[in-house]
Amino acid sequence: MTTFLDNFFFSYQTLIFALGINGLLALSMYTVLAVGQLSLGQAAFMGIGAYVSALLTLHLDWPFAAVLLAAMIVPALFALLIGGPTLKLTGVYLALATIALGEIIRIFCNTSDLTGGALGLSGIPNKTTFTLIFGLLALALVNFVLIARSRVGRAMEAMREDEVAAGVMGINLPAMKLGALVVSAMLAGLAGALNAHANSFIGPNDYGFDQAVTILSFALLGGIGSPFGPVLGAVILTLLPELLTALHDFKLVVNGFIIVVAVLYMPRGLLSWRIGRVG
Amino acid sequence: MFAQILQQLPQQLLNGLVLGSTYALFALGFTLMFGVLGVINLTYGFYFTTAAFLALYGSKLLALPIWLALPGAALLAGLIAVLLDAILLTPLRRKKAPELSSLMVTLGATLLLYSLMTATFGTEIRRLPPAIISHAAIMLGGVRMNLSQILIVVTTVLIVAALLAVIRFTRFGLSMRSMAENGEAAELMGVNTDAVVRLVSFISGALGGTAGVLIGLNFNAIQPYMGETMMLKGFAVIIIGGLGDIKGALIAGLVIGVLEVLTAGFISSDIKDAVGFILLVATLWFRPVGLFGRAPAKRA
Repeated sequence: MTTFLDNFFFSYQTLIFALGINGLLALSMYTVLAVGQLSLGQAAFMGIGAYVSALLTLHLDWPFAAVLLAAMIVPALFALLIGGPTLKLTGVYLALATIALGEIIRIFCNTSDLTGGALGLSGIPNKTTFTLIFGLLALALVNFVLIARSRVGRAMEAMREDEVAAGVMGINLPAMKLGALVVSAMLAGLAGALNAHANSFIGPNDYGFDQAVTILSFALLGGIGSPFGPVLGAVILTLLPELLTALHDFKLVVNGFIIVVAVLYMPRGLLSWRIGRVG
Repeated sequence: MFAQILQQLPQQLLNGLVLGSTYALFALGFTLMFGVLGVINLTYGFYFTTAAFLALYGSKLLALPIWLALPGAALLAGLIAVLLDAILLTPLRRKKAPELSSLMVTLGATLLLYSLMTATFGTEIRRLPPAIISHAAIMLGGVRMNLSQILIVVTTVLIVAALLAVIRFTRFGLSMRSMAENGEAAELMGVNTDAVVRLVSFISGALGGTAGVLIGLNFNAIQPYMGETMMLKGFAVIIIGGLGDIKGALIAGLVIGVLEVLTAGFISSDIKDAVGFILLVATLWFRPVGLFGRAPAKRA
């Protein structure tokens, strides 16, 4: 039995890791959508985390815990740079500015010598483990559930339903939005670092527009009523192309189609229940 | 060194003007859609690609000359824009869904359409038949240009002039302006808003399509994702110009075009694509209302 499990794990390791990492990315998308904003920078934040962590490991040989911490802090700084001005405006500005951020990062990584140009970085040691990925995912989920049941969670839900009314009730809208964006950038950066140390190779085109839209499709398929929805969406959309190999070439077509259908016909996603309140 | 720069400057400025014209033309339709319909329609870049492909096949298979292929492709792109708006955005408009829903639905549609197009045509670069337009250099006072560059600037000037006249002087233009101000009030005053939505979608699609054919002609490189690259420039242009501001988009388009060419010519061609985005971030921090400062509508 153990040998079977070992073999199973060995053959499907990439897929199993991808499930956990995509789950983290889906949660990072959820954080922003949960306050009624749309960021298309999750792929960029992920890329920043991946590159920062890979460079720290390869050149400075930092301990992995410190590397992961840095991979969360640096994207958070970018989130402050982009979110600071845009979150005071209407939601459209954040969406457009984050797409632009993704593009700047892609251009920079493609041309800079530091990041290895178009060839990317290779030979990153495999430091990511199963326990680490799923432990962090579970930790994130528990925290999100606790937040959802708290005062902050209720404020987030109020903002999502009606921003003006929420503002009138005394919720500090800019602070909440900026906080959500920063947390989401940290989660995406963490996922990027875990991914870089699981695949041993990263390239500048892994974090482009396609990836950004794919992360959004996780969250919209699962629904953003609770943090479990996006994770479910990520699991389905990661497994689907593996189960139906015919779909493999049309993965992006399916992701795009899911977003269209989800927005038009099932705005609450697959998992529509919300987390109950205490008190 | 300095003398050399001065000597190259007129040529670079002209190239920048040509590039900037296509940016301005492209951004014009994009900003018009936002201004009147109140949505960021991300499928806009798809009309750009589609028209370039239509012109390519029109000139290859039907041997259409450019003066037929260009308007033909633009008209078809306009019709596709009307169709996509009816499928994707009209249901949301009826439901009065929040603006980010319409952004997301067009985002999904964009990924769907581009991936389908890539699956069909592949990503290799296609070229228009050489006979479609003369690429011979025309010298004018030490500055070199060709027919396609002249076509780009002339077409842009004519279209912009015509559009501004329509918006300023016609009854349809008045309906458009009233809808940009307040859609519900316009409807109550007897404006047929559905008709205006269709017509604005058509005009925007045709503008994006025209830009696609002209860019395809100028760089002679057509591939599915060309519209995506252009969209990213389009975001920069419309935010720097101010969302929904036509004059701002025109000027921002020209400025970005000229700056990109100058950056490529005198600094490094690697970073020319970053120019627009650096200006974009600077605009967001220091002047979020855009060049001419029409305050962005904060809708409740």
